[in-house]
Amino acid sequence: MRRLTLPLALLLAASLAAMGLSASVGSANLALGELWAVLSGGGDALSRTLILELRLPRSLSAFATGGLLAVAGALMQVLLRNPLADPYVLGLSGGAAVGALAAMLAGLGGMVISGSAFAGALLSTLLVFGLAHGTGSWTPSRLLLTGVVVAAGWGAVVTLMLALSPAERLPGMLYWLMGDLAYARTPMPSLLVLALVCLLGFPLGRSLNVLARGPMQAAALGVAVRPLEWTIYVTASLLTAMAVTTAGSIGFVGLVVPHMLRLVLGNDQRLILPACALAGGTLLVLADTLARTVIAPEQLPVGVITALIGVPTFLYLLYRSR
Amino acid sequence: MSRLETRGLVIDVPGRADGRALDLCLAPGQVWGVLGPNGAGKTTLLQTLAGLRVPRAGEVDLDGQPLAGLRRRRVARQLGLIFQERQDGFPATVLETALIGRHPYLSAWQMEGGDDVRLAVAALERLDVAHLKNRLVNTLSGGERQRVAIATVLTQSPQLWLADEPTNHLDLHHQTSVMTLLGEQAAAGKVVLMCLHDLNLAARWCDHLLLLYPDGEACWGPASDMLVPSVLERLYDQRLATAEIDGAPVFVPMR
Repeated sequence: MRRLTLPLALLLAASLAAMGLSASVGSANLALGELWAVLSGGGDALSRTLILELRLPRSLSAFATGGLLAVAGALMQVLLRNPLADPYVLGLSGGAAVGALAAMLAGLGGMVISGSAFAGALLSTLLVFGLAHGTGSWTPSRLLLTGVVVAAGWGAVVTLMLALSPAERLPGMLYWLMGDLAYARTPMPSLLVLALVCLLGFPLGRSLNVLARGPMQAAALGVAVRPLEWTIYVTASLLTAMAVTTAGSIGFVGLVVPHMLRLVLGNDQRLILPACALAGGTLLVLADTLARTVIAPEQLPVGVITALIGVPTFLYLLYRSR
Repeated sequence: MSRLETRGLVIDVPGRADGRALDLCLAPGQVWGVLGPNGAGKTTLLQTLAGLRVPRAGEVDLDGQPLAGLRRRRVARQLGLIFQERQDGFPATVLETALIGRHPYLSAWQMEGGDDVRLAVAALERLDVAHLKNRLVNTLSGGERQRVAIATVLTQSPQLWLADEPTNHLDLHHQTSVMTLLGEQAAAGKVVLMCLHDLNLAARWCDHLLLLYPDGEACWGPASDMLVPSVLERLYDQRLATAEIDGAPVFVPMR
């Protein structure tokens, strides 16, 4: 049990620290004492508004989004037994992007964009899964290829939409495509889903470990393979759709966070899934803090930051690993 | 004690006629060898017997119940399979690999405990790979990986052992020790069925043989009835020289 609790406790501490940093840094910096005063119910009115209505919801949204993406990536990698798989490679974000951009093109805003993105992600899921299933057998390489090709198709549609859209809408669309947390205000649903998945992931964890050795081996050891594969795929799709709906298209987290954790912690999904939730969340909270402070008062798209932090870290870990 | 029976079983090898339906009865204490040239359907048969493939016709019964209707978890407590091919998409240590043999016995919320680790380590010791237990499986040699795979099934401790070329990649000493292990399992009342390419190992360790021909024909029975040079020559389309050494027939392919 200690094998599981120690890394998780460390990651939890890191995410709380990141959250504290994110809540106190910004246009007006707050000391830790003020932060604590507000969180424990005191503080002055301005600080209360700043933290409770602006910064904290945004940090929590960032945390939930990063966690969802990392967990979805880890699940997809086990499903396809391919460390290169992630929800973005499989065309989910492409579908979501097309949905969101279509809503923006139509001049709609807010909730409609989110709903449209969610619908696009689900449509893409069904398309990829249905086509990959086809009339023949359902193999990881076939699913991966179908996803890659569908993603390329979505990419073309996105480019077409950008080319056709009026200039004044372009910045909003580009920011959405690069990932943007500026409008994320309702973290609770995502956080609840994230917590639920981590909890339910535990009893499934050992089956996932066995599935990572191939479907035949898993079936021989008593795993009901097909239902488990469906569960993973649908869950990962929903998590991605939820993340994309909150913060636009943020690549990289789903691919790299599970990888980095596997290099350090091994490949027990009972540890990796909650660790991904914490580490992915922490990464995105830090990235978002940077995104809104580096060239303040201007804000950068958070996807740029995740890539700029993540790429060198990942390459370093990969270079050092056996 | 478990028993595996097939009734009118026709395995599904694509593009092949049905051939002869198999009515096998694998009883406790028996060691079966499956012989046949490449592509005769040995692996397909093994996976069909394990319930991992759907047969074209007939059925497989585990202790009198149709295998297809049983839950995989229940089957996995009685029937273990040594695969010929393995996937290690993600790095795992030797001990972790052996421990997955305990999967069918643990409930969803249960972690592997000290007892499980002891069983896995004992299995690794039996296969002579305990000293590698903290190594990553993908850094091992082919023979070491094969022994880890067998240790995983030993950890699973099934009543029925289905082994697809268990001596693959093994040196002579470890071939013998693996065959001894399988023989001991049968002597303890378990059932062993293995696909083999080495006629001499089959002649030495198996008491029953099933010969599979590429056209779907098959014959089976006690080993002494099956090890007829003319029959084996037809099976492999290869002339053989025969001798008797150490109490068992030895077959050598002729040029």
